[in-house]
Amino acid sequence: MSTLVEGFRGFARYLGGVMGADAYRKYLEHHAASGHRAQPMTEREFWRDRTDRQDSNPQGRCC
Amino acid sequence: MSSMPGGRARTTDEDLELTPDPSLPPTAVDDAVREAEEKKWTPTKIAIWAAIALLGGVAWFMLAIIRGETVNAIWFVFASVCTYLIGYRFYSKVIERYITRPNDRRATPAEYKADGKDYVRTDRNVLFGHHFAAIAGAGPLVGPVIAAQMGYLPGTIWIIIGVVLAGAVQDYLVLFFSMRRGGRSLGQMAREELGVLGGTAALIATLLIMVIIVAILALVVVNALGESPWGVFSVGMTIPIALFMGVYLRFIRPGKVLEVSLIGFVLLMAAIIGGGIVAETEWGAAFFHLDKVTIAWGLIVYGFIAAILPVWLLLAPRDYLSTFMKIGVIVMLALAIIVVRPEITVPAFSEFASRENGPVFPGALFPFLFVTIACGALSGFHALISSGTTPKLIEKERQTRLIGYGGMLMESFVAIMALVAAISIDRGLYFAMNSPAAVTGGTVETAATWVNSLGLAGVNLTPELLSQTAVNVGEESIVSRTGGAPTLAVGLAHIMQQFIGGTAMMAFWYHFAIMFEALFILTAVDAGTRVARFMLQDSIGNFVPKFKEHSWRPGAWLCTAVMVGAWGAVLLMGVTDPLGGINTLFPLFGIANQLLAAIALSVCMAIAAKRGSFKYLWIVALPLAFAAVVTITASFHKIFSPVPAVGYFANNAAFSRALADGKAEFGTAKTVAAMEAVVRNTMIQGWLSVIFVVLSIIVIITALIATVKAFRNEAAGVAHQDHEDPPVASRGYAPAGLVPTPAERELMAEWNKLPAESRLEESAHH
Repeated sequence: MSTLVEGFRGFARYLGGVMGADAYRKYLEHHAASGHRAQPMTEREFWRDRTDRQDSNPQGRCC
Repeated sequence: MSSMPGGRARTTDEDLELTPDPSLPPTAVDDAVREAEEKKWTPTKIAIWAAIALLGGVAWFMLAIIRGETVNAIWFVFASVCTYLIGYRFYSKVIERYITRPNDRRATPAEYKADGKDYVRTDRNVLFGHHFAAIAGAGPLVGPVIAAQMGYLPGTIWIIIGVVLAGAVQDYLVLFFSMRRGGRSLGQMAREELGVLGGTAALIATLLIMVIIVAILALVVVNALGESPWGVFSVGMTIPIALFMGVYLRFIRPGKVLEVSLIGFVLLMAAIIGGGIVAETEWGAAFFHLDKVTIAWGLIVYGFIAAILPVWLLLAPRDYLSTFMKIGVIVMLALAIIVVRPEITVPAFSEFASRENGPVFPGALFPFLFVTIACGALSGFHALISSGTTPKLIEKERQTRLIGYGGMLMESFVAIMALVAAISIDRGLYFAMNSPAAVTGGTVETAATWVNSLGLAGVNLTPELLSQTAVNVGEESIVSRTGGAPTLAVGLAHIMQQFIGGTAMMAFWYHFAIMFEALFILTAVDAGTRVARFMLQDSIGNFVPKFKEHSWRPGAWLCTAVMVGAWGAVLLMGVTDPLGGINTLFPLFGIANQLLAAIALSVCMAIAAKRGSFKYLWIVALPLAFAAVVTITASFHKIFSPVPAVGYFANNAAFSRALADGKAEFGTAKTVAAMEAVVRNTMIQGWLSVIFVVLSIIVIITALIATVKAFRNEAAGVAHQDHEDPPVASRGYAPAGLVPTPAERELMAEWNKLPAESRLEESAHH
C-alpha cells in the first residue's frame, strides 16, 4: 500500500514539475543559494510577477 | 575526446578555458570512461538490441510486405517504437559525437544565467515532459488523418523515418545551438549566422507562416464545431472554466497549479456531459446550433480579446488545462490501442496514392504527402519552441539529446496513434467525413452514393451507417466534417468504447476528443497571436521606436488587431471557400511549416559548418535538402500546375474564364458569388505560396553561402566568428539519459556525498 501511495506521490510530483507547479519552490531555492540579502517574494507576489512577466514575454505553444 | 574525425578537437580547447573548482567532484563523466562504457557490448546488451531490431523488423515486414486483408494495429506500435529506440540509441549518438559535441564541463544558461524565474535548472525527465507538452498539440493529430487518404503505408513510413532522420534532428540541433547561445531565438540566430538579408527573410517568413498556421488550426476547430450544439457548448464552456481557474490562482490559492488543474479537469468533464444534456433540449439545440461563419467570427473576436487580456486571466490557466489533458489523452490513447488492438482494413496504398485528384487533399503523393504530414515527422514550428523556453531550463549539455531528439520521437508516436485511430474506422465513412460538401452533397444518401461511385476496393457505404454513426456520437450529421479532428474523434470513440463503456459511451468519447483538440488549438491560437504580435511590434519598432515598448497600449492593440485580422481573413476565406476550405488550405499549412523547417535547418547547417563539422555535415544537409525539395516542389505545383485542382493560378484562370463566359455556375461553385470567391481565394493563396517560396529560397541560399564561406575559411585557416556565449565552468552534475549509466551513478554518488551548501550553484551572479 505504501509503495502505491509513494508511486502516486512521485507521479503527482512529476506532473507538477511538468506543469511548473514547483516554480516557487525553485525560486526560493535559488534565492537562498545565491545569497540575496533582500527578502524573497511571497508566494502570492511570485505568481503575480510570473504571469505578469509572461504578458510581455509570451511562450509559444506549438501545433 | 582528443581525436575527432571530421571536426577539430574543440572540446579540448574549451577545456583549457574552463577551470573547474578543485573542491568539487568532476562535473562530467571522464570522456575515456564514457567512451569505454558506450563501446562495451555485454551479451545482455547485445541480446536486448537484437530483440528490438528483430521485433521492429518483423513489424515492418507485417506492415509493408505481408499486407494481408487486415493488419493489426499493434504492428504500428512495434514498428514505430523499435525504430525510435534504434534511431535514438544509434543515430542521435552519431549527431552528438560529430555535430553537437556537448561538453558537460561547461555550464548551461540555466546555471550561469540562473535567476530563479526564466533560467532554472530543471530535472531532465520533468523537462522532457515540459518540452513535449510545448511542442505537441493538434498538429500531429490532424495531418496523419488527412494523409490517410493515400493508404496507411506512405504516411507511416514518412512519420517514422522522417522523424528519425529529419524532425528529431532539427529539434535537437536547434535546441543545442540555442542553448549554447543563452537561449536565443531562431530569428536572432538567423540574423547572426546568415546576415541581414537572410535574417530579415527568415523573420518575415516566420511571421507569415505563423499567421497561416494559426488560421488553419482555427479552421480545424470551426469545422469540428459547425452545426454541433454539443461541441459548441462544451468547448465554449472552457472559457468560463479558464477564467475561474485564473481568478482562483491569482486571488484564492496562488501557486496551487495541480489543484486548480484537477478542478478544471472535473469541470471540463462536467461541461462535456452537460453539453450532451443541453444539446438534447430544444432551446439548447437552437441556441448553440451555429453555422461555421458565425463560429469563425466568434473565434476572431475571441482571439483578439484573449490576446490583449492579461495572461493570468485566460492564457495561463488554459495552458495548464491543456497540458494536463495532453498527458492524460496520450497515455489513454496508447493504452487503448495496446489493449484493444483494432484490426485495420485500410489498404497499404489506396487508389488515390497514384492519382492527384483525391477528395481529401489534391495532389500527387510526392510531394503532397510530405507536406500534409508535417507535425509528427518534421515540423518547423518546433524550432520556435526549441529556441525559446526549453534551452533556458536545461541542466547539463548532454541532456539536449534526450529532450530535443527524444521529445520529438514522442510527438511522432502521437502522430502514429492518430493515424491508427483514423484508419480503424470504416473506409467509406472516412471518405464521407473528409470530402468537402461540394462533392458529397451533404446528406447521407448523396454522400453514400458518391463514396460508392469512387470505386474503392471493399467499400460499400450505406446511408444507414452514416446516420447510425452520427447518432452514436451525438451529432446531427457526420457527412463532410472535414479537418481531420472529427474523424480522429470518431476513430478514438470507436476504439475507446471497446475499452470502456460500449456504444452508449461513444458520444462522450467523441466530444471528449473534440474538446481536447479544440483546447490544444485554442491555446496555440492565443499563444501564436501573442508571439506574432510581439514579433510585429519589434519589427515595426526598428522604424518607429515607440512600438518596441511592449506596455504601450495603442501599439499593442494595433499589432494584435493586425495579426488577428490577418489570420482571421485566411480563416474566413477557408470557411466560406466553395471548394471546401481544408482541402485547398491544408497544403499551404504543411508547406509553411516545412519551409520553416528548411529555414531552421539552414541556420543549423551554417552553424555546424562554422564549428568545423564538414565530414558529417550531411546529417543536417540531408533533411534540409529533403525539406527544400519537397516544399519547393509542392510550392511550384501550387503555383505552376496546369491542373486546376492542384494549381492555385490554374484554378483561378479556369474560374475567371468561366465568369468571363457568363456562366452562372462552374465546378463545385454553384453561384456567381461563389465563383468570384474562388477567383479571389485562389489569387491570395497563390501569392502566399509565391511569397513563402521566395523568402525560403533566399534563406536557403544565404545559408549555403555561409556554409561555403565557413568551408573556405577552414581551408585557409581563418578563424570563424563564433556567436556562442563564452564558456563558463559548470559547478553541478546530472546524468544525461533517462536511466543513468554505472559511471554516471558513481559520479552522482560522489556529488550526493557533498554537504548541501557546497552543492548549490554559487556561480550564479547577483
